[in-house]
Amino acid sequence: MQSLTPQRLIELRLAANDVRQGIIRSLVAAGSGHSAGSLDMADVFTALYFHILRHDPQRPDWAKRDRLLLSCGHIAPVRYSAMAYAGYFPVDELLTLRRLGTRLQGHPERMRLPAVETTSGPLGEGLAQGVGMALGGKLDREDWRVYVVTSDAEHQCGLHWEAMMTAGKFKLDNLISFIDRNFIQIDGSTEEIMPLEPLADKYRSFNWEVFECDGNDMAAIIATVERAQTVKGKPSVIIANTVPGKGVSYMEGDYTWHGKPPNKEQAALALAQLQADREQIGAVHV
Amino acid sequence: MSNVNLVESATAMHLVDYTNAAALESVPTRNGFGQGLVEAGKRDRNVVAICADLSESTRMLAFKEACPEQYIEIGVAEQLLVAMAGGLAAVGKIPFIASYAMFNPGRSWEQVRTIMCLNETNVKIAGAHAGVSVGPDGATHQAIEDIAIMRVIPHMTVVVPCDAVQTKKATLALAAMFGPAYLRFAREKSAVVTTEETPFEIGKAQVFREGGDVAIIACGILVYNALMAAAELAKEDGIECRVVNNHTVKPMDEPAIVAAAQTCRAVVTVEEHQVHGGMGSRVAEILAQRYPVPIEFVGVDDRFGESGEPTELIEHYGMGTAAIKATVRRALSRKV
Ligand SMILES: Cc1ncc(C[n+]2csc(CCOP(=O)(O)OP(=O)(O)O)c2C)c(N)n1
Repeated sequence: MQSLTPQRLIELRLAANDVRQGIIRSLVAAGSGHSAGSLDMADVFTALYFHILRHDPQRPDWAKRDRLLLSCGHIAPVRYSAMAYAGYFPVDELLTLRRLGTRLQGHPERMRLPAVETTSGPLGEGLAQGVGMALGGKLDREDWRVYVVTSDAEHQCGLHWEAMMTAGKFKLDNLISFIDRNFIQIDGSTEEIMPLEPLADKYRSFNWEVFECDGNDMAAIIATVERAQTVKGKPSVIIANTVPGKGVSYMEGDYTWHGKPPNKEQAALALAQLQADREQIGAVHV
Repeated sequence: MSNVNLVESATAMHLVDYTNAAALESVPTRNGFGQGLVEAGKRDRNVVAICADLSESTRMLAFKEACPEQYIEIGVAEQLLVAMAGGLAAVGKIPFIASYAMFNPGRSWEQVRTIMCLNETNVKIAGAHAGVSVGPDGATHQAIEDIAIMRVIPHMTVVVPCDAVQTKKATLALAAMFGPAYLRFAREKSAVVTTEETPFEIGKAQVFREGGDVAIIACGILVYNALMAAAELAKEDGIECRVVNNHTVKPMDEPAIVAAAQTCRAVVTVEEHQVHGGMGSRVAEILAQRYPVPIEFVGVDDRFGESGEPTELIEHYGMGTAAIKATVRRALSRKV
């Protein structure tokens, strides 16, 4: 954890709070969209955009940038919000989410917003593209990395396993994949719909290095990524244990928030809770 | 003319008075699928439903509650959906498999071709959320190529019913018919123009409105827009359109298509799908060979969809009533 001073940690937590507020504002403006997964990945996306990634919001096409792929495209609101606060586009643009003509499509589209790296939404396709990018980077002896964010239910898609096997074969130590392990999908709990456990063992047997952390703990996320960055000769996966809807009490742990937005009153309540949390973070600072 | 015998006449269709907005109910076509599936499952215990983590949106949820032992949940795995259904069909089951049309049959196309069609198994695909009217989810979720990729496969039956009541009838008809089939329906509420009394037979197109100036051949929820366009054209300009509900895209009712062309000598096709390769393309294939007349196409013109509100997108992509009227006038001006 050498890179993280207490002051920096507070800044990152405040940034994650901004990102959560941006998610709520964009979802209520859109009137549709995915709340639970977006909120629970706010800490990981903040860690990535504000601390981990080698990137430049002013130059999204910089050849030496780290590549970040969002495989489960339905949680686009968290990526858009983190990008806006990191300086890729004005925060106000978040309010155009899902509207006709917007760059912020319901599911991310590279041709409209190149910095998302690829178009996603159909599940299970991100890791395979990440494998291709990581292999390309290796062939060119580049030092940039590839980060992929996946959902747990995506592990029910066959292509994802083909990609896992391939990453192991090519020893892609420039590839770090996250799993949003929130145990929910649309029809209920992942373990009822199609059991994924023991998930860590599955990755190990495919020749991956496996890390687990509390995906809603900023310090733990960063420490875990820093360990993964030192792995040689293998791809790494970080099982980020998250609470669906994290940060908004009435959504936390409830799978029915997978694919719906808060209404106006619910959004006001969510923003009030987040604002109160924010003051807590500030209080720790003094 | 003998054409009259080839198609059901409009008065025998027992339609709702679609020009009277107050008389119209608005129901998503997917609800008709849900109801039909429950009835099919109760009639025949061999009917099974396989769901890929979309029980509510595809309306399989009612079946899960009504026939729990015939319901199978497999998670996000659309290729598995088709392959496993092929296995179930091989041992005598009648599997209905449902997801968004974009993923099934979009993602599972080769399994559909080999396991369902080349292998001729009795599997029924229910493609939900078809068309741009899915709305804000955007292009990745808007299936507008599914008719093309299904109608091109030998042995496949492709049905695109016009409203919720007809979708229920189509579901029951497909359950009773042996062979691979694709049923396409939509997410949003749409006008119910047919009634319980309206006949339905797979492969038999229906004349919903009589007219001799231009034939509008439509399928799916846009049949209502076609009817409205025809009613407005009659009132405003005295242009009389025959409106054909061409719900079975494959095998298409060739006599009905030829009859419409013979009577009107100009055709407009209407579908919530790419113009390239869709229902209208099949109409053009038939007429080019058997009775060439000017044809105009209403549909998505070689573009992807995008986020927006459902009706807003229907207008944006030129499939609203006004666009259909303009297309009819264009077809009329080309008539020889
Ligand atoms: C190939 C494919 N099939 C189905 C869907 C529809 N869908 C969207 S999200 C989802 C599953 C949700 O579970 P998870 O991916 O774990 O996301 P979370 O609920 O944690 O946000 C499904 C089935 C899809 N996007 N892609």
